[in-house]
Amino acid sequence: MSTSVRWVPELVSKEKASSLPPRSDRKDADEYVISAQNLSKTYGDVTAVDDISFNVPAGEAFGLLGPNGAGKSTTMKMIGGVSQRTSGQLTIMGLDPDQHGPEVRAHLGVVPQQDNLDEELRVRDNLLVYGRYFGLPMSYLRPKADELLEFAQLTDKAKSKVDALSGGMKRRLTIARSLINEPRILLLDEPTTGLDPQARHILWDRLFRLKEQGVTLILTTHYMDEAEQLCDRLIVVDKGKIMAEGSPASLIREYSTREVLELRFGSERNTTIGAELEGIGERIETLPDRVLIYAEDGEAALEQVSARGLHPLTSLVRRSSLEDVFLRLTGRSLVD
Amino acid sequence: MSILTEGHSVTEAARNRSFGPLYSRNVKAVVARGLMATKSSNWMVMLSGFFEPVLFLISMGVGLGAIVGTVQGPGGSEISYTAYIAPALLAVSAMNGAVYDSTWNVFFKMNFAKLYQGMLYTSLGPLDVAMGEIFLALLRGLLYATGFTAVMGLMGLITTPWALLMIPAAVLIAFGFASFGMGITSFMKTFQQMDWINFVMLPMFLFSATFYPLSVYPQPIQWFIQAMPLWHGVELLRQISVGVFTSATPIHVGYYLVMIVLGVLLTTGRLRKLFLK
Repeated sequence: MSTSVRWVPELVSKEKASSLPPRSDRKDADEYVISAQNLSKTYGDVTAVDDISFNVPAGEAFGLLGPNGAGKSTTMKMIGGVSQRTSGQLTIMGLDPDQHGPEVRAHLGVVPQQDNLDEELRVRDNLLVYGRYFGLPMSYLRPKADELLEFAQLTDKAKSKVDALSGGMKRRLTIARSLINEPRILLLDEPTTGLDPQARHILWDRLFRLKEQGVTLILTTHYMDEAEQLCDRLIVVDKGKIMAEGSPASLIREYSTREVLELRFGSERNTTIGAELEGIGERIETLPDRVLIYAEDGEAALEQVSARGLHPLTSLVRRSSLEDVFLRLTGRSLVD
Repeated sequence: MSILTEGHSVTEAARNRSFGPLYSRNVKAVVARGLMATKSSNWMVMLSGFFEPVLFLISMGVGLGAIVGTVQGPGGSEISYTAYIAPALLAVSAMNGAVYDSTWNVFFKMNFAKLYQGMLYTSLGPLDVAMGEIFLALLRGLLYATGFTAVMGLMGLITTPWALLMIPAAVLIAFGFASFGMGITSFMKTFQQMDWINFVMLPMFLFSATFYPLSVYPQPIQWFIQAMPLWHGVELLRQISVGVFTSATPIHVGYYLVMIVLGVLLTTGRLRKLFLK
């Protein structure tokens, strides 16, 4: 582990105890399907990824959570062997992707941030042709393509043109395509960005099923709900560095309180009211549009606010989320 | 339904193909994709590419040829003006087809369709992609050359069996332009830059001894044109069309062989730089 990583081993092992063998049984680096040590990537003067280290055991859903420009996509590209690291160690199933690019990629499924489906081919042909890129025989690909179309709920679109599909359908087809080689590791770069809520839920359901089947999922997202839904464990990245690592629940326990009281006093008063709220809850965060009071009991905190004669325009008590963790770690919101 | 089957044997095929990070011996998958895409959407473009030189041959050869009459061909024999320009038009057609395939087509796939990004996330390497795309350009060049040679035959312009060698020679010319064109396209970022290609191609088409002999130019201009690739193609095909070969013939062929080697090296290097950075 790099010194730059804030590692919370006791919390993680508690969280993972149910689904994976105890961490102490898996010390060997070979046990991890992905192992990154002091990984860095610079483009000229810009450091996109700055000395990060993490390990991912087989079958885990591992998330990279961070704002745009945090270095998530660059990390994904290095894992996929399409971007060469500047320094550090990286092994995918024991192989260095810079040395064994095609061999590593034979076991990867990649869902890029922007769909890059082959618009000149029809839906089913997209799957067949993509499988051919892996050198897979047609006798395997034909039934596999039909199976994946069913998995992606696109069977009746098999002969359609790609540009006739909706955004959600294209995304599902991209995921189906990434599974054509039965990958051991699926890389998903912001899989649900730009999709409507219903399409997101369908997609999450499909990703859950893959996880059940033992596929290791590596996913980047800037949606905290997505990270909470899908990830067993995640790293919070900002400006190329790992800010924290752990399961969603353990991160929330570590860096936030159980509940959050959100108050809105109107845009002019939000920024000045902080002093008057001093002492309520464990911590107060003042944002331009609202004030967040972190407390174990949000309702009790709200009563204290009223007792001081303060009357917010709106108030809301909710559970802490990864958004709060991110705010705590970086002092900024996740989605600007 | 099982997404992950036991043993994972299907990907062993892909794994065994691996041959360093650049090449996985799977050019045929890229070619198969191109053929499938052509079948479903690109065939109109292909057809127009065939008719272009035929229309030139009819208008310039038959029309202008009626005024010009006969001219001196390679080896000094008198041939009709149509027979004089026909092999030159075939060379131009080979160049145009290869350049279209390897420049505009590649430019679009690279920057807009993101096709190569997708391919390179599989076990394909940049060399597979480059060779596949170049092969497709050559296949198209072969079809055009065969069709055009057939038209020449129908018009009675073929007088020697040597003329059939124009077909492989046209493919050689296409190979030179395709391998170089793809490498050059990899430097292009905007449509404005792509227009430079036309800016080079059109004068080369008009002035490479296509419609009249090189001897009309002053000496320095002749040297300049002789340094350009199309002139070598025009001369090579013109010689083959009448079956007259000179000491310059191997130079014309050699010019293209060097162009192919340099072009493939350039293209692969660029693809690697662009996609495996």
